[in-house]
Amino acid sequence: MRITVTVNGQPYTRDVEPRLLLVHFLRDELDLTGTHWGCDTSNCGVCTVQLDGVPVKSCTVLAVMADGHEVTTVEGLERDGELDAVQKGFVECHGLQCGFCTPGMLLTARWLLDRNPDPDEGQIREAISGQLCRCTGYENIVRSIRWAAEAGR
Amino acid sequence: MQVPATFEYERADSVTHALELLERYGPEARVVAGGHSLIPMMKLRLAQPEALIDINGLAAELGRIAVEGGELAIGALVRHAELLESATATDLFPIFRDAERVIADPIVRNRGTVGGSLCQGDPSEDLSAVFAALRATAVIQGPGGTRTVPVRLFHEGPYETAVGPGELLIQLRVPVAPGTGSAYEKVERRVGDWPVAAAGAVLRVEDGVIAQAGIGLTAVGAAHFCAPEAEEHLTGRPPGAEAFAEAGRIAAEHCAPSADQRGPADYKRHLAAELTRRALATAAGRI
Ligand SMILES: Cc1cc2nc3c(=O)[nH]c(=O)nc-3n(C[C@H](O)[C@H](O)[C@H](O)COP(=O)(O)OP(=O)(O)OC[C@H]3O[C@@H](n4cnc5c(N)ncnc54)[C@H](O)[C@@H]3O)c2cc1C
Ligand code: FES
Ligand code: FES
Repeated sequence: MRITVTVNGQPYTRDVEPRLLLVHFLRDELDLTGTHWGCDTSNCGVCTVQLDGVPVKSCTVLAVMADGHEVTTVEGLERDGELDAVQKGFVECHGLQCGFCTPGMLLTARWLLDRNPDPDEGQIREAISGQLCRCTGYENIVRSIRWAAEAGR
Repeated sequence: MQVPATFEYERADSVTHALELLERYGPEARVVAGGHSLIPMMKLRLAQPEALIDINGLAAELGRIAVEGGELAIGALVRHAELLESATATDLFPIFRDAERVIADPIVRNRGTVGGSLCQGDPSEDLSAVFAALRATAVIQGPGGTRTVPVRLFHEGPYETAVGPGELLIQLRVPVAPGTGSAYEKVERRVGDWPVAAAGAVLRVEDGVIAQAGIGLTAVGAAHFCAPEAEEHLTGRPPGAEAFAEAGRIAAEHCAPSADQRGPADYKRHLAAELTRRALATAAGRI
């Protein structure tokens, strides 16, 4: 089936099987390997991307379901060579160790701040509660997102 | 790597079109809404539909929440996140806020739908207990037109519902009455998990006595996700701690939990009693 998905502002047209998952479309068809792939069971959240501005777990969305829609991946967060505030926050506050969960965390963080520019710790923890990090203990991720919130003010 | 078996994919652009597609592809076709139950089942080959009919484009017809003719109408394609954020729904029935805050996680809630949850018919599904407590009505549309089924008759067994092949769940309708309070209590092993047990309560009080009680139970083997014997005990009594504790006891007695990785049966039975009691007390405080 022929689909056109706009990824990070650029339309891509490809012929795909309906059973192709969005995560594999992004990684294997478009070589956008910033979107990670972990549990494959919609639990870990490392595959999180934004679909029409809303974070979803791309291992549980078919690529054909994104036909005609807009996807944002971690590669699309920077603007004109400048990192997004959430990316800067993760750099400043040591928000990652191995980095496996980071792309998904960043896309959820961006979504959270777009809706609530001044979230408290509880709201941040709630927003990322569908995403696992096996390294940081979450403390620095929360701090990084708070950093971005304060930088945005 | 988990990959579904091959299937044909069709996108519906209206309810009528979805029904036509279901008819054309026959009984091996399945509707896909949020896909957060169906796609994992397809990856595990527990489901192998020959065709998927995608209804995600039907938000205009199936994605609304509104009060109409004394009922709260919730479209089948309303996402969990939308129900959680709907002041119309959660101000009338705080049970929706209580439940939706603890269904899966925010990212899954962005995608999973109310209709998909009910149609999945999982015996641990949260919204089935919520709508059973609320005595909602399901609106089902097929080639012959529209019919309604009380939610308490919607689930015919685990993973079996009143929605026949070629039919779509369109809407849930909840009667709105003054003097009503509602609440939901769930125990889960960790944030975002399915319930070990959960209970929903809806109370309508008139002249100081309970005119109608609704109790929904999930994950504890309660027939049709409700507790009619406990509801009967409450009807006509003044709301109060003693009546609520007794209702919890009766509800627990009539359910049939089974032991699994989420806990032993006697623990779940204990939770059924205690969560029913707590939900009733909170519901009463919200009238
Ligand atoms: C990680 C995770 C955690 C979860 N935790 C919970 C939890 O704690 N509590 C809970 O209750 N649920 C939980 N869920 C389930 C979640 O709520 C699902 O989204 C929901 O069960 C299915 O909704 P869906 O829209 O994704 O349905 P789909 O997967 O699209 O469909 C499910 C079934 O319903 C049918 N269907 C869908 N819509 C219609 C319709 N309108 N008419 C007829 N048939 C239809 C489909 O054909 C399919 O058979 C969890 C899911 C995940 C992935
Ligand atoms: S890979 Fe998608 S949630 Fe884990
Ligand atoms: S930084 Fe390693 S999983 Fe989060």
